Amino acid sequence: MSKKTDALRRFSGWVNGETAGHAAVRREAARIEHKKLLPELDEQQRIRLFSWQYKLVALVVCLTVVAVLLYTVFHLPLFGDPENPAVNEVVQRYVEDGLEETGAVNMVAGMILDYRAFDTFGESSVLFLAVTSVMMLLLRDARNIVRDEDVQEEHERVIERQTSDIILQKVTSLVMPCIMMFGAYVVLNGHISPGGGFSGGAVMGAGLILLGASFGIDKVRAFFTMKTFRRITSTALLCYAASKAYSFFTGANGLETGIPLGTPGAIFSSGLILVLDICVGLVVACTMYGFYVLFSRGEI
Amino acid sequence: MDLHAFLTKAVSLRFEIAAVILFGIGFMNLMLRHNLIKKIVAFNVMDSSVFLFLASQGYIDGRIAPIAREGIVGAEHYVNPIPAGLVLTGIVVSVSVSAFFLALVQRLYKHYHTVDFDEIMIMAKKKVD
Repeated sequence: MSKKTDALRRFSGWVNGETAGHAAVRREAARIEHKKLLPELDEQQRIRLFSWQYKLVALVVCLTVVAVLLYTVFHLPLFGDPENPAVNEVVQRYVEDGLEETGAVNMVAGMILDYRAFDTFGESSVLFLAVTSVMMLLLRDARNIVRDEDVQEEHERVIERQTSDIILQKVTSLVMPCIMMFGAYVVLNGHISPGGGFSGGAVMGAGLILLGASFGIDKVRAFFTMKTFRRITSTALLCYAASKAYSFFTGANGLETGIPLGTPGAIFSSGLILVLDICVGLVVACTMYGFYVLFSRGEI
Repeated sequence: MDLHAFLTKAVSLRFEIAAVILFGIGFMNLMLRHNLIKKIVAFNVMDSSVFLFLASQGYIDGRIAPIAREGIVGAEHYVNPIPAGLVLTGIVVSVSVSAFFLALVQRLYKHYHTVDFDEIMIMAKKKVD
């Protein structure tokens, strides 16, 4: 237990810019080595970089921005005003014809996954790009290995095995199926109730993170490896791109898409929205879990 | 504008004003903190303020959420669905950008053994010289 609080203390120390804790002794030595590069310079340079002029200018800029924004806010239409110019013919079209044209009861889902599906594709690609760049920065593969870290990693793994928390594990095994089911429910009902790919994917990702945090990442690796991660994300994104490209080419040219819209309110309705929701949900779940393991372990 | 009208307007626009104040807090911290992690947290506060602003702009008094109900047809019964979609996009981009920033900070920490912006700048300058 004390080891866990120690880890927490080390983390908060890290956030506060300190180096503390047992693993940091070597770090401290390296840091002192670094500091030798700049004897006595610390104070002077700090004054030069973050001097009172900088602070003053920053303060003035911030206050000016806030003042201008506040002045603008007082010229906005009142909160909850039906005459708000943001409520224009676009909104009218989405709300009045959305159900008929997209088949989605949830108008937001109909909007982001049908009218603006290209935008949502960009969004999923942003998530994919983010996890790719985090991987480039943090993944510890053959070209990015620090011996020091490997030793520390092994040490932490041993601690993890020794301090397996029975209460946490039992509660996780009880709660975990419910979390995953709820995530799948939110994803699959994205077009008929509040929710959708992003929120359901985040719930499922949180479930995976809980599993990894309580049983250790090696247990999750039994069914979720780098290979699975790569396959699921790229397949989901490609599936999204292919299905949306098809409906854009045919639908935008007034051709027959051949995609049945179904009865509004049924699970299998609203054409491609269900498929796109599933794709987005898979990408988001994998990304959330990927962020967690990349930051905590440096590998998936 | 007399005081009473001004106050009525301020109360009505409370969410927008709160968003602007949050934006200011985030911006100030982003500029003045030396700690890179705290800068990222400040950036997230700024993001959240923008989401609050957008969501409050989409609300319309006395209307229901944009989920079609039996027998309720017509744009005058539902709130504006567009800000919801925009906020969704914003949240996703904010998560991605914070993750990327944090990964960069972790790399910087591994290299310089500090998350203090000043110290990193000094060391980087020293190395170049």
